Amino acid sequence: MVDSTATPADGAHEARQPVSSQISPDTWQALPKAENRFLRRFRRHRLAVLGLAALSLFAFVAILAPLVTFYDPNGIDLTVMRQAPSPAHVLGTDPLGRDVWTRLAYGTRVSLAVGLVAVSIYITIGVVLGGLAGYFGGRVDMVLSRFTDVMMCFPSFMLIVTVAVILPPNIFNVMVIIGIFGWTGIMRHVRAQFLSLREREFVLAARCVGVSNGRIVFRHILPNAIAPVVVAATMGLAGAIMTESALSFLGLGVQPPMSSWGSMLQDAMSLPILQTMPWLWLPSAIAIAVTTLSVNFIGDALRDALDPHTSSD
Amino acid sequence: MTRYIIRRLLIAVPVLWGIITLTFIISEIMPGDYVDALVPPGLRLELGVDEAQLQRLRESYGLDKPVVVRYAIWLRELLLHGNLGYSFVTGQPALQEMAQVLPATLQLSIVTILFSLVVGTSLGIISAIKQYSVLDHLLTLQAFVWISTPGFVFAIIALYLFSLKLPLFPTGGRAPLDGPDNLLIRLHYLALPALVLGFEGLAGHMRYARASLLEALGADYVRTARAKGLPERSVYLGHAFRNSLLPVITIVGLSLPGIIGGSFIIETIFVWPGMGKLGMESVFMRNQPMIMAMNLIGSSMVLCANLLADITYAWADPRIRYE
Repeated sequence: MVDSTATPADGAHEARQPVSSQISPDTWQALPKAENRFLRRFRRHRLAVLGLAALSLFAFVAILAPLVTFYDPNGIDLTVMRQAPSPAHVLGTDPLGRDVWTRLAYGTRVSLAVGLVAVSIYITIGVVLGGLAGYFGGRVDMVLSRFTDVMMCFPSFMLIVTVAVILPPNIFNVMVIIGIFGWTGIMRHVRAQFLSLREREFVLAARCVGVSNGRIVFRHILPNAIAPVVVAATMGLAGAIMTESALSFLGLGVQPPMSSWGSMLQDAMSLPILQTMPWLWLPSAIAIAVTTLSVNFIGDALRDALDPHTSSD
Repeated sequence: MTRYIIRRLLIAVPVLWGIITLTFIISEIMPGDYVDALVPPGLRLELGVDEAQLQRLRESYGLDKPVVVRYAIWLRELLLHGNLGYSFVTGQPALQEMAQVLPATLQLSIVTILFSLVVGTSLGIISAIKQYSVLDHLLTLQAFVWISTPGFVFAIIALYLFSLKLPLFPTGGRAPLDGPDNLLIRLHYLALPALVLGFEGLAGHMRYARASLLEALGADYVRTARAKGLPERSVYLGHAFRNSLLPVITIVGLSLPGIIGGSFIIETIFVWPGMGKLGMESVFMRNQPMIMAMNLIGSSMVLCANLLADITYAWADPRIRYE
């Protein structure tokens, strides 16, 4: 403590939490504190809290879709075609007389599910490949990194569209296609983390006492490398939801009569509908934007809250 | 410097080979072959084509040869003759067809990149200089809105507001079908698609410039500059900007895949006669050679852009060359 620039605030901080040389009781007390700090930092981002609330609402609607509406999402009723919003149909009806609110609620299910599964797939691929490249280095790293370079050169949406044409369009293939082309960013993150962590003293210590490779990776390195993955996964969820809506918008995603936010926009894509029947496209456009906005806010707050390097408490 | 450029080029060679090979693999996974496209399986009975004839047709195109041989032929044709096959729809060489629409896409991409780079970086600088002010928060918020709105939603809203409700811009196309044609009219047609694509990329540049400048403003050399009494103007222009805004060069290269990917939908919506629109049409027509050409050209463009960005960066920042 020879740093003469230490402010009084720093001193007070240290007095409250004395730096102790013995470890045992303090480590246990530090655990809940770390969690508190995470929550405190997360809550400081009001927009992220708002985003979490919005996302919970969407998840609630998605899970309870049959309970939030009286109609069948695919129930065609030709007596009520293209009606403006009314008490009976809160968001109006589409050209086949289907209730827009009902289709939106069921579409939420599809969009969120595709996003979650696709991100899970690419997180898995990215962590495995990045971990292998970073941990083993050398030739393994060379091959995997060049492969990642190749994948990063392809504009991913172009590849996704190409493969979406090959495979029959359905919800599972959409999940898989988005999943297998999104991993490059995660791979690079994880590789960089592994490269630096494997040189650290605690890994060397573990190796010295004869811990196996698998155990070093899963018990010592991975937990320390996971924070940026969580952040990237959150941001990736927004990207996956946007890609799914774009694919469905192009008719390459979920197929009728199933609805997703993107396919509802595709149904509304004609100049007369755009101009005179905003209730057919505005709700799903807003749903996509609000969801991705919420997810991005949450991701940003998570980055702040999980980053041990930002010292401000 | 020369050594650095040579090394970067050598690393790019296996990546280019990977791109070419991956493109071949994708075309191999695609169901059906050229003969199936010429004589669709559903029409075989009607046309009176029997299996032996199909077999002869396959032999004449070399489709009966093993995969490895076909791969070698594909490499030879591509590298020596620039031959990527012929479009199923027009019968033109696929590469020639691509070359015809490339100028439109390049025009759109370059205007988009310039717009998002200049506006995004400027907003990022303002945001960093006024850190934690109301202006900073507002700018950050709008960046989130652009990041979170898919391009096609944004395009629909822009089309609705600025072409239909307020007839300020044409709804699509690159030039009027008939009537006068000059630079101003061309720009008028370009404005809406370029703005939509540009705003998509703007947020990334803005947040990057902000973070990078903030880091520089906290660095020792900026403190030194202030300590020796330099006016704020010189601190920013002479010290902080020069160091912090260089990495923005690399972001231009990284943003290109997004712009090319985004142009698929934007060009389709705005009927812009470029690579994206041709690509989407090829996709829907199952026009395999065109899809391959599009993947190959799109990714090679990205590879070149990244290479250029790396070299420019190394030229501007000597530290990179000695890595």
